[in-house]
Amino acid sequence: MTATVPDHDLRERAWAAAATVCDPEIPVLGIADLGILRDIKIDNGTVEAVITPTYSGCPAMNMIALEIEVALENAGFAKPKVTTVLSPAWTTDWMTDEGKAKLKAYGIAPPAVKSGRRALFGDQSVACPHCGSSDTALISEFGSTACKALWRCKACAEPFDYFKCI
Amino acid sequence: MTDTPLLHYTLRLADTALILGHRLSEWVGHSPVIEEDLAFGNMGLDLIGQARSLYSYAGEIEGKGRDEDALAYLRDAGDYRNILLVEQPNGDFATTMVRQLLYAAFAHPYFETLTHSSDATLAAVAAKAAKEMAYHLRHSAEWTIRLGDGTDESHARAQAAVDELWPYTGEMFECDEIERALVEAGVAVDPATLRARWDKTISEVLSEATLSRPDNGYMQSGGRVGRHSEHLGHILSELQFLQRAYPGATW
Repeated sequence: MTATVPDHDLRERAWAAAATVCDPEIPVLGIADLGILRDIKIDNGTVEAVITPTYSGCPAMNMIALEIEVALENAGFAKPKVTTVLSPAWTTDWMTDEGKAKLKAYGIAPPAVKSGRRALFGDQSVACPHCGSSDTALISEFGSTACKALWRCKACAEPFDYFKCI
Repeated sequence: MTDTPLLHYTLRLADTALILGHRLSEWVGHSPVIEEDLAFGNMGLDLIGQARSLYSYAGEIEGKGRDEDALAYLRDAGDYRNILLVEQPNGDFATTMVRQLLYAAFAHPYFETLTHSSDATLAAVAAKAAKEMAYHLRHSAEWTIRLGDGTDESHARAQAAVDELWPYTGEMFECDEIERALVEAGVAVDPATLRARWDKTISEVLSEATLSRPDNGYMQSGGRVGRHSEHLGHILSELQFLQRAYPGATW
């Protein structure tokens, strides 16, 4: 990196590189779409990516951090840093509309409502990502990963993952 | 060891999360159905994740170079400060579910309140934990209702679980001198302020589950100052074996 490149250009390039990293459990969704990538900081030409976990125990975080480092190095940034922050706590509200559309196309029902107490304790209605029917039922509150619940569609009889609202 | 109140408090939160997370992980591969196997695995992961953040912070507070692994793997039972409830054996499915309900009904409002802590790290950990514990509460409440209001067999087992675990619920609401100072400084939560909410949640769930609520008789206590039941030693022998036998071993 030469000092002549303005920081905001570097930041944009670094953001674009880091954003190519996907969640290993949901390979269609980039970490920017998910809202996991929070910030890119440039200090003296050194780049630092700031990420936040979806759940405290999300086992994908180490993998994501490693892949960000690789993506940044491949984009020409030497010795990139990845920092994890817990605050503010990740919420499904940060997921982009594009991200939600990708999830649905992949067969995972995107978070249906805004997060909050109603999302947690009220009655839920989730549309089937396969056939669109809202005649669905919860199988289990916890699915194949911490961020998903397991549902089934009574119309097309397919089971599906639902990205929980938190 | 520089045992400041903040360090002691952070370890109490961390140890409680780790031990309950470990207990839930014991179900993996043994649950009655695959969905519940996943659910226990997920809930255990949430708790162990909370513990990791808290241990890392405890290591920073202590400032002696101990990291999350050193604190989890290299302290003996007498140094653990988890509440006794979470080290109780899993028993049958009903016992584990009722234990989860009793704890989550406390932990959910506890972490919600702790998000207002003047300690920024504890507040950040709490913000994540509060969301996670809300799911644990919903899941365990639904199962308790299903079991209590189910067959004669499931009702009897759920009632036995409530009766057996009840004497361990009082410890959650204790506030000793170590925590009192932190409560006054706006760092810790005074658990007594959550009593009414916990009572209401538990009474509602038990009533819907057609289970009777035991009287508050003698309450077991001591985990938070390192006096544990025999069960913790057995948990640690499994949890710590590898690091004790092969110090510093990594994957």
